[in-house]
Amino acid sequence: MNSKRRTFLKTAGGASTIAIAAAAGLIKPTEVLAVEWNKAAFDAKGVPDAMKAVGAAGAADSKDILIKAPDIAENGAVVPIEVTSKIAGTSAIMLMVEKNPSPLTANFDLSNGADGYVSTRIKMGQTSNVRAVVKAGGKSYTAVKEVKVTIGGCGG
Amino acid sequence: MKKLLTALLGTVLLFGAVAANATPEQDRKQLLDHYKNKFPNIKFEDYVYGALNFNADALAQYHSIMEFPPYDSQFDQGKKMWETPFKNGKRYADCFPDGGKNNAGNYPYFDENLGKVVTYEMAINSCRKANGEEEYAYNDMKTMGLLTAYSRSLSDGMKMNVRVEGPKAMAAFEKGKNFFYQRRGQLNFACSTCHVQQVGNILRTEYLSPALGHAVHWPEFRAGDKVTTLQIRYNQCIKNVRAVPFKPGGEEYNNLEYFHSYISNGLPMQTPVFRK
Amino acid sequence: MAQPMKIRATMEGDSANIKVLMNHAMETGQRKDAKTGQVIPAHFIQTVTAQMNGKTVLEAQWSQAVSKNPFLGFKVKGAKAGDKVNVSWVDNKGDKNSADATVA
Repeated sequence: MNSKRRTFLKTAGGASTIAIAAAAGLIKPTEVLAVEWNKAAFDAKGVPDAMKAVGAAGAADSKDILIKAPDIAENGAVVPIEVTSKIAGTSAIMLMVEKNPSPLTANFDLSNGADGYVSTRIKMGQTSNVRAVVKAGGKSYTAVKEVKVTIGGCGG
Repeated sequence: MKKLLTALLGTVLLFGAVAANATPEQDRKQLLDHYKNKFPNIKFEDYVYGALNFNADALAQYHSIMEFPPYDSQFDQGKKMWETPFKNGKRYADCFPDGGKNNAGNYPYFDENLGKVVTYEMAINSCRKANGEEEYAYNDMKTMGLLTAYSRSLSDGMKMNVRVEGPKAMAAFEKGKNFFYQRRGQLNFACSTCHVQQVGNILRTEYLSPALGHAVHWPEFRAGDKVTTLQIRYNQCIKNVRAVPFKPGGEEYNNLEYFHSYISNGLPMQTPVFRK
Repeated sequence: MAQPMKIRATMEGDSANIKVLMNHAMETGQRKDAKTGQVIPAHFIQTVTAQMNGKTVLEAQWSQAVSKNPFLGFKVKGAKAGDKVNVSWVDNKGDKNSADATVA
């Protein structure tokens, strides 16, 4: 799931448009063009389709991907997830919630020294595996952790 | 007579405490002993975590979320409300000693002149009234909720320090205590049923929290973003037992809060906190 | 329109530990307004970019299943105190937000 931004810049007219816009003060030199959003991958229903859409079909199970997530989510709308990838050359980490209507929840492309680590909070509609997919050295790896979600909701 | 009182109050645990001439300190110590005996491994200062003490997984999530809570910008809204001057140029900080720092733990207190319990929220409204502003409704979370979610944080770390001195204060304390132990509603539960007798057990998938440690961490952001004051929570609990709720800011809840806060004396305040 | 995000950036060993709290409703488009019964349209952050001293370190794509008022944590090896961090996002309506911080 590489950003198409660099490709866009190289295509005919792309560079000059940026130059003109920059000269006109419309975008600052340090301003980044928005990352493209992979709609097909986010619309994919079910894990096999989502894995295919992100180019990770056939990803190998890996014990070098650590998923820190609760056993039972206190609140299915705010589930803290941390993924640490010990695989050398990790260039992307993806999070999928297998039983969510569209499993793909987030993709993180990492570069220029970013560690194989991300931490965020996600919504889970029901008890489900949380799946992490790691891209490193042109290959894909994956691991899962089950997170239970109860209805609950009145902690004091 | 004692047996009848005990039966009426619906709990067999309070042997001496239900006697009319037990002091608040005796009541508090009796509860402390009850919890200590039931849960020898929970440290006193950890009672602020309530039901999270019974579930390490839940406590870990709490700490993770509290590192950078989702209600952060609502907290900032409360800060802005606190710091914005009134129309007459004065500020909330002018109404409270030390600019509002380290005094939330002194509330509620019994005001001899007014002859009633005064809560922190009432003090906020007195400040507003004295400066020509309209009082906030005690059930309006957009005003009273957000403001106090910030302003009570100025007392973070302060130990709860509620005082009960003199016969009128004692009477109000007793009223609050009786409310706490009074069964009500279609489910016929008293506050004590869940928060004294059944602490640590599970009701409707939730661990029941001890009353010790309750009052120090309000308002809360429930579900991460719904600011809730203590008395609004009283409403929620009363409705949960299918009883008709009382008015936030009314005498019943003020007296209850008086008792409910006193029993957490010595525990550190922290506002606001995340709860599921 | 969007409220500012907050960034905390500290050194941990030889990596910068960056924590970001953004303000956004992250509406899934599956909720109904309690009063009107109408579906509340999806409104969520789709892309996030983080830069360190002007170089992109993280580019994220999100779905509406990221929690309301999203939290993002990441680490950058080889960073040092004084480095400049910038985090920006764009949502599905084209709204944007951006914030800067310095690694402590």
